[in-house]
Amino acid sequence: MPNIIFTSNLLRHVECPVHQVTGSTVYSALQEYFKIYPQAKSYILDDQDRLRKHMNVAINNELITDRKTLSDLVNSEDEIYILQALSGG
Amino acid sequence: MIRIHIGTRKGWFELTKTNNKWQISQFAFAGVPVSNTLAQNGSDTFYAALNHGHFGVKFHRSDDAGKNWQEISSPTYPKDANEENAPSLELGWCLEYANDSTDALWAGTIPGGLFYSGDKGENWQLNENLWYQDSRKNWFGGGYDKPGIHSICVHPNNSQHMTIGISCGGVWVSEDGGLNWKVQADGMRAEYMPPEQAYDPYIQDPHRLVQNQLNPNVLWAQHHNGIFVSKDGAKSWSEITTASPSHFGFAVVSHPKDENVAWFVPAIKDECRIPVDGKLVVMRTSDGGKTFTTLTQGLPQSHAYDLIYRHGLDIDNSGELLVMGSTTGNLWISENSGENWEMISNFLPPIYSVRFVK
Repeated sequence: MPNIIFTSNLLRHVECPVHQVTGSTVYSALQEYFKIYPQAKSYILDDQDRLRKHMNVAINNELITDRKTLSDLVNSEDEIYILQALSGG
Repeated sequence: MIRIHIGTRKGWFELTKTNNKWQISQFAFAGVPVSNTLAQNGSDTFYAALNHGHFGVKFHRSDDAGKNWQEISSPTYPKDANEENAPSLELGWCLEYANDSTDALWAGTIPGGLFYSGDKGENWQLNENLWYQDSRKNWFGGGYDKPGIHSICVHPNNSQHMTIGISCGGVWVSEDGGLNWKVQADGMRAEYMPPEQAYDPYIQDPHRLVQNQLNPNVLWAQHHNGIFVSKDGAKSWSEITTASPSHFGFAVVSHPKDENVAWFVPAIKDECRIPVDGKLVVMRTSDGGKTFTTLTQGLPQSHAYDLIYRHGLDIDNSGELLVMGSTTGNLWISENSGENWEMISNFLPPIYSVRFVK
């Protein structure tokens, strides 16, 4: 099962520990995560469930390409990194 | 005890006066922009609207007078998968009590949303009757990229009667608690539009709107184009051109007991947005806008570049105590209706809002 790992910058605002989830896309993996840690959702996704403008998601070493519906595929051994962009804020 | 809550670029501050000295008594949300606050005298329930930037807008509440805070629900826009630019909350711009209870709240937001909570912010409902107005497509951003609601005036004698200010979308009034709305910006003028649209009520940019608490038919507006006053409950507006050194600004407060008295903070308009001639002044009218007095005592009169944002000036219930905070992080208090100002701090973060707990 893929691991979801959050930027440490987020830890001071909301509970978001590393956690293993099921899911074959970034979207489904995140939805699984938010079932356990629901308050983290609005820090990552906006009201339309799009990735926030100044957030990034990487699967292993690659930034995802679909920021709108988060359809990038993930494998069971992947690590999904939730990152804060250097822009914005 | 007099409390003042301050929203800044780097956190929330509480200022109190003890032993005849103003001092910062509490601080929260280190490093996080706080766009606005809300609290009521006699209640330990405080609210703060945060804008994390990267992580979005979050609302927080304290139930023990600021000692501890917890995140509460934030307003959320309806999902629309078919709309490329479907809205998402970008700023909690203002918070007001919906009636005499501390449980019921209104929030004005960017982009252009009015939200209601009946349970201390645990749940929010979009006011769809305003959101789905056909004319909303004509609203546009001023300063921010998208339009927003920054002023919510709840009638002091009738909580169903509300007057709100939108940049840029004019002034809107509901007399039935938000079920029906009508635009009421007749007389407001917009030089930034083509001449034939200058008086279009739907595109007016009232920077800040306040309602006199003794005579609620009197409303003052600091508009992008100048100062306007209404004496008939926003049915019509008159432009006031006697103010000096400038008609441009963001903030306005109304004397709680005298409808003819109001304060403004002028700046060079549009392209500069700094004090005229580097002198920070406050303008006060005591005769309904016929004349203005320029107040300077205690304020910097050379090389001042402070801008006072629309929520950066407030007045207490006596009408004598004013607080003012600037983009430069300077904070002043006047205890004699603006005649003299005392510098409280000149090293705070940029100040978005100042607010008496009253």
